[in-house]
Amino acid sequence: MSTVNYAQLWQLALPQVIVVAAALIALAVDLLLLRMRPTHTRFTVAALLGSLGCVLAIVRLVLAPAQVNVLDGTLLANPLTHLVQVALLVLAIATLLMATNSRFTEHIGEFVLLILVATVGSMFLASSQDLLVIFISLELLSLSLYILTAFDKHRPHSSEAALKYFLFGGMSAAFLLFGFSLLYGLSNSTSLPRIADAIHASGATGSPLNPLLLIAIVTTVIGFGFKVAAFPFHFWAPDVYQGAPAPSAGFIASASKVASFFIFFQIMAVGFAGAEGSAAWMRFTTGWVPVLAVVAALSMVLGNLVAIVQRSVRRLLAYSAIAHAGYMLLAIASHTQQSLGALLYYVITYALATLGAFGVVAIVEHRTGGDRLSDFDGLSRRAPVLSGCMFIFLLSLAGIPPLAGFFGKFYLFVSVLGSGPGLLWLVVLAIAMSAVSLYYYLQVLKRIYVANPSEEVANASADATTIGTPILSQAVVVLLAAGVVLFGCAPHLLLHWIDAAIRTTGF
Amino acid sequence: MLAWTIYISFLGALLLLLLPKSNAAAARVLALLAALVTFAITLVFFLQHRTGEMLTVTDVSWIPSLGIRYHLAADGISLVLLLLTGIIAVTGILFSWNIEHRANEFFAFYLLLIGSVYGVFLSYDLLLLFVFYEIVIIPKYFLIAIWGSTRREYGAMKLVLYSFIGSAMVLVGLIAAYVVAGAKTMALGDLAGFPFSAHFQMWAFPLVFVGFAILAGLWPFHTWAPTGHVAAPTAASMLLAGVVMKLGAYGCLRVAMTLFPLGLAPWGFHVLGLGSWREVFAVLAVIGIVYGAMVALVQKDFKFVIGYSSVSHMGFILLGLMTLNQIGLSGAVVQMFSHGILAGLMFAVVGRMVYDRTHTRELALLGPMDLNKAIPFAAATFVVAGMASMGLPGFSGFVAELMIVIGVWHAFPILTVLVGLGLVVGVAYIWRAMQKAFFAEADRASAAPHAPLPPITLPERLGAIVLIVASVIVGLYPQVLLNIIVPALNSPLFNGLRQGGWR
Repeated sequence: MSTVNYAQLWQLALPQVIVVAAALIALAVDLLLLRMRPTHTRFTVAALLGSLGCVLAIVRLVLAPAQVNVLDGTLLANPLTHLVQVALLVLAIATLLMATNSRFTEHIGEFVLLILVATVGSMFLASSQDLLVIFISLELLSLSLYILTAFDKHRPHSSEAALKYFLFGGMSAAFLLFGFSLLYGLSNSTSLPRIADAIHASGATGSPLNPLLLIAIVTTVIGFGFKVAAFPFHFWAPDVYQGAPAPSAGFIASASKVASFFIFFQIMAVGFAGAEGSAAWMRFTTGWVPVLAVVAALSMVLGNLVAIVQRSVRRLLAYSAIAHAGYMLLAIASHTQQSLGALLYYVITYALATLGAFGVVAIVEHRTGGDRLSDFDGLSRRAPVLSGCMFIFLLSLAGIPPLAGFFGKFYLFVSVLGSGPGLLWLVVLAIAMSAVSLYYYLQVLKRIYVANPSEEVANASADATTIGTPILSQAVVVLLAAGVVLFGCAPHLLLHWIDAAIRTTGF
Repeated sequence: MLAWTIYISFLGALLLLLLPKSNAAAARVLALLAALVTFAITLVFFLQHRTGEMLTVTDVSWIPSLGIRYHLAADGISLVLLLLTGIIAVTGILFSWNIEHRANEFFAFYLLLIGSVYGVFLSYDLLLLFVFYEIVIIPKYFLIAIWGSTRREYGAMKLVLYSFIGSAMVLVGLIAAYVVAGAKTMALGDLAGFPFSAHFQMWAFPLVFVGFAILAGLWPFHTWAPTGHVAAPTAASMLLAGVVMKLGAYGCLRVAMTLFPLGLAPWGFHVLGLGSWREVFAVLAVIGIVYGAMVALVQKDFKFVIGYSSVSHMGFILLGLMTLNQIGLSGAVVQMFSHGILAGLMFAVVGRMVYDRTHTRELALLGPMDLNKAIPFAAATFVVAGMASMGLPGFSGFVAELMIVIGVWHAFPILTVLVGLGLVVGVAYIWRAMQKAFFAEADRASAAPHAPLPPITLPERLGAIVLIVASVIVGLYPQVLLNIIVPALNSPLFNGLRQGGWR
């Protein structure tokens, strides 16, 4: 065991430390100085303080490139982890700024603190290849998210969703821990590369896999399948998306997804290297790829088909998230260097679009009181800019060019097929299902652009028909939409960065 | 320069969204200006560039890590269709001069659609082509769903789902071709030169061909077309029948047939007497011709007659493509132009001149209104359009259909009989619609209460005249198109097709 260099650890964890410090400062300022001020002021100050911390952390990450591996993968720093962490911080900033005009709580300092702590959890999650650290950071992330879900104390839905999330989450964490303990038993190590070595040493190629390893594979997939809301571990998603306060839901749908998918890829591709198996059509062989292939196929089919009948926009986004999880699992199933790039591109642009969609939903809910499809009737006449942004987000989710969602899908499918023709059936299924998805996204856009505003709104005075939008939230939503368009029209801007990071890191 | 057709259309769309909402007249004028400029650009290029060979317009790196380039180029075939797009864009705006409801958004969606259609015809890189091809879908939906008539939301959604399923099939084929070639390029010329295995082409060809042909109204995937056309507002039906269906046919020729020419080769065995994909699609096209014409013969709704006639005429194009000889293929391209013009004209008469005035399209109700007296210009225009559509000499339809029939005679002699049947029924349904709508015995008793119809306005007259003149020029002097189509068909791009069964 090498000695631990605490100075180096401090250096590596400095971005996370900055964020934690910012969170504590925001909490202190809010509780000590601003208690009597109006909610809006308190929220703005706390969110700005938090964002400032995130910006500083980003600056630190960008200015201090490092390629370090402390204690055999316990804590990593390389361009790839930095890239993911920057993405997480940007999403956290967007979430904080969008939350500033919401009124669901008086515990503003605590809310900002929890968002930032969840961000820290996801940052540690992205920067480790050690089972223990992965599990701890995952729990830090999840526990913060449970509380964030329950934050709206006035709505029973919120608590119900949080309880459901917590119970499912606890169970899946138990599965995950069980799988990890089996892995430790098999390999006598908690480091992913060591585990892969042990798997490699245990069996010559072609021999059946150790049954304990199979159990570990299945339980790991259950644990992460829950985090990324893949079928059949998705039951929490619609309730949480619907019940949680909009900023929390947006954060769960975006930042938590980015971190979970990244580490899911790492665990499967690095930790279970040597136990892939094959999911080629009619030629399945045991391993983790067929497990993921089946989960992906089911998620795509179920997510898209169930989304069609939803009447609530948040639930619709939840089922679409399940479908998107299916597409992204394809990238993990093909586990090549290119597919990691495709996965990162996809998940980051997806996070931008879905966070933006939640931002719009939050503003609309604020004015019309609900997120039913009918609450969106005639939105384009009342809030043209907001509707334009929603147009961009939903079409990007549907995969219409020239938006980022299209290129994400294209690159994903190219990289999956590039690894061999075996997964062609999944790609065909994915493309067919994305054709289905356009239907329900258009249902929402139809409400916004085609339907006329409801009677009472139409009869109200001109002043009441336009939806006043808070400047800050609207600015964030517009920026997110601009990002979606920009990364769609010029995918190279992001792709170049991802590719460079993957190349220098060597995955 | 030609690339500016795309940018001007998109810029126009953006400007329209920024204009004040209340001023519909300004929106119209701005849209017309944008369309006129793009039309002028295409016309100048069409007149200057008489060799028909592939000419690169813009070529810059777009996504270097995948070898995808922003590559715009035009050859004779694309120039013909670009010109068609320009003509339809301008006349479509002239025929929607009466749009008052949310006019800014209408013309913004309209220009977005036009710009992406230009983009498809100009794209040389296949991903770029696909990008533009998919953008087309979205404005189509909103144009129909917001400003349409009969069952507009149903028609719009059906149209979108059919288009999107078609483009999903195309996407599978394109990704497969890209990955199989493994050359990190999406350029049409490079991929067309790659020797894909015959086995791969055998499944990739029908996939991509059908994907595009759905939008070209191939029987039995045509059902979106009549409902979509009927539901759409006039300008959108003109675009839909005039250029959007041509996108499908263009994709069949430019992408499916050039990339996978061996997919047209015989299978080596026979199913139901059919021995290759070529014969399968030829038979489907002929069924489309005859079926479309027969169904058009019994419609009660005037617009459905035109909608089904489009299915019939698009069948000619697909059949022309399947003849695989020079006269048939160039006939198919001329027919794309001709049908674009004529369908646009007919939808303008039915949708704008008649329906916007009488508010009915029921042939039985139109008859008693004595329309040939009330709006003689509309009647005259429809007669001219009908004659052109039947294939009377002197109009573009005659040249195109003659060339296709000669091509079919060489390739599939037996099918010529059925095509002839389709032509005869074509005369019949036009005649019937004309008779019932315009020249029925006026019922004096019931005609009296009708208020006099508003006269035909100047924009409508202009639009109709432009379309008729275009059709007559091509009819009298088809060389104007053929001079650039034939060299394009003889270019190296179609080498694979020539070696794989071209006779």
